[in-house]
Amino acid sequence: MTAKLSLEGVGKDFGGFTALDAIDLHVSAGEFLVLVGPSGCGKTTLLDLVGGLTRPTRGRLLLDGAPITGPGLDRGVVFQQYALFPWRTALGNVEFGLEAKRVPRRERRERAREFLALVDLTGFADRYPHELSGGMRQRVAIARSLAYDPEVLLMDEPFAALDAQTRETLQAELRRIWEQTGKTIVFITHGIEEAVFLGQRVAVMSARPGTIRTIVEVGLEARGADEDVRSREDFVEHRHRLWELLHQRREREAVLV
Amino acid sequence: MSSVAAPLPRTAARRASVPWFGGVAAIAAFLGLWEVLPRAGVVDRTWLVPFSEVMSAWWDLLTTGVLADHIRASMQRALAGFAIAVAISIPLGLLIGWYASVARTLNPLLEIFRNTAPLALLPVFVLILGIGETSKVAMVVYGCSWPILLNTVTAVREVDPLLVRSARSMGLGSVELFRKVVLPASVPTIFTGIRLAGQAAMLVLIAAEMVGANAGLGFLINSSQYNFAIPEMYAGIVTIAALGVAVNYALLFLERRFSRWRPSRPGMDT
Repeated sequence: MTAKLSLEGVGKDFGGFTALDAIDLHVSAGEFLVLVGPSGCGKTTLLDLVGGLTRPTRGRLLLDGAPITGPGLDRGVVFQQYALFPWRTALGNVEFGLEAKRVPRRERRERAREFLALVDLTGFADRYPHELSGGMRQRVAIARSLAYDPEVLLMDEPFAALDAQTRETLQAELRRIWEQTGKTIVFITHGIEEAVFLGQRVAVMSARPGTIRTIVEVGLEARGADEDVRSREDFVEHRHRLWELLHQRREREAVLV
Repeated sequence: MSSVAAPLPRTAARRASVPWFGGVAAIAAFLGLWEVLPRAGVVDRTWLVPFSEVMSAWWDLLTTGVLADHIRASMQRALAGFAIAVAISIPLGLLIGWYASVARTLNPLLEIFRNTAPLALLPVFVLILGIGETSKVAMVVYGCSWPILLNTVTAVREVDPLLVRSARSMGLGSVELFRKVVLPASVPTIFTGIRLAGQAAMLVLIAAEMVGANAGLGFLINSSQYNFAIPEMYAGIVTIAALGVAVNYALLFLERRFSRWRPSRPGMDT
C-alpha cells in the first residue's frame, strides 16, 4: 500500500540543538497512528513539520507523494488547548476552515451542522466557547478540523487537559469517528494507555535527539461497542510492553546524565 | 453522549444583581445634603446654592434655549474631535501593533505622550492654532488619541499566539489572518480605549472652552462664575455631569455589544 504520509530522514535543528533526527515514518491511508514519548522528545516539533508550520533541516516530508511546503487545508491540526476563536460560536468555529476553503455560505452552514452532530453537539451550535466545558470545546475543535475534510488529521495531545472521565469518553468518541470517517490520523500523546487504546500502530519516541525508537503494532481491532477494552489481556500486554520500552530508555538516559 | 451536561447558564443571567434602589438612595442623599446644608446655614449659600435653586436656574436656561446652544457647541466639538481621533488612532494602532519591532520602539514614546496631561499642552495648542474652533477640536483629538492608540496596540500584541498558529495551520495568509483573527480578537480591548477616550474628550473640551470660547458648557460655567451667576454655574456643572454619565453609558453599552463573546468579568461595570 502506498503511504499517505511519509517522513524520510527528517531532522530539525534549532540553532546548535538537534530537536529531531533521522525520523523515518510511513502512515498508510486510513491508518490511526499514535506517537508516544516523554516530554521534550520533539513530538510537537514533529507535528509542526507535518502541519507545515516549520520546515525540516534535513530530509523530506511527503503527503500523497508530494512534498509538504507549508500549511494547508489538506492537514487538520487539533491542539491541546482547543484554539477555538472565542468570538465565534461553536458553529462559527466549525465554519472557519470552510471559509478558508471558500465553501459557499449555505453549504458551509450545512456542513458545519453535520460535523457538530458527528461530535454530538447538535444543541450547542450557538454557544460561545466560554459557555462550553473543556470536553465540549475539544469536540468543537475536532469538528472544525474534520469539516474541511483534510487528508490527515494531526492531534497534539488533544485530551491532556481534560479530566480522566471526559478523556475516556472522548477517546472512545474519536475511535468511533475514525471508524466512521476513515480518516488518516496522527495522534501525539505521552499517555501509554491512550496510545494503546487509540492506535493501530504506536511509534515510540526517545529524546535527545528526538527520534523514533521503535514501532509497535497494537491493532486492538475486534472490539465490541460496550467492551471494556482496557481490561483485555492483550491491552494489558501492549501497555506493559510500551511501558518497558519507555522505561528502559529512561534508565539508559539516567546513566548518560 | 452521557458526559454532556445540561446547557451551561448564560453569563448574563449569572451577573450578580445589585438592588437598584441602593444606588438611587445614595444619589438622593447627596442631593438632599446639597439642598439642606446651604439652607441650614452650615455652608454659605452664596457659594453653594441649594439644589432646588440650581434646578430652577437650569430650567430657565433650558426653556430659553440657551442651554441647548451651549450643549450643541460642546457636543459638536467633542464629537468631531472624538471621531477624528478614532479614525486616526485605530488604523495607526493596528499598524504599530502588527509590527512587533515598531511597537517595541515606539511604546516608551507613546507612554510619555499618554502620561503627559493634555491640559498641560493647552497653551501650546492655543499658541499654534489660536483660540478658534480648530484648537479646541485639536485638543480633543489629542486627548482622545492616546487611550485609543495604546489600547489598540496592546490589543493586537496580546492576541493569543495559539489562535494565530491555529489559523495559520489552516493556510490563512497574512491579510486573512489579520481580518479574521487579529481584528476580532482586538475589538474588546480597542473598545475599552474608546470608552476612556470618551471620558477624555469631555474633560479636555471643558477645559479648552474655559480658556477661550464664546459658547459651550465650559464657557457657560466660566462666564457664569465671572458674572456671579452662581446658580447658572452649577446648572452648567450638573449638565456636564449628566452628559458625562450618558456618554459613558452609551460607550459601555457599545463595548458590551461588541464583547458579548467574552466571559463577563468583575469590575467591568465602571
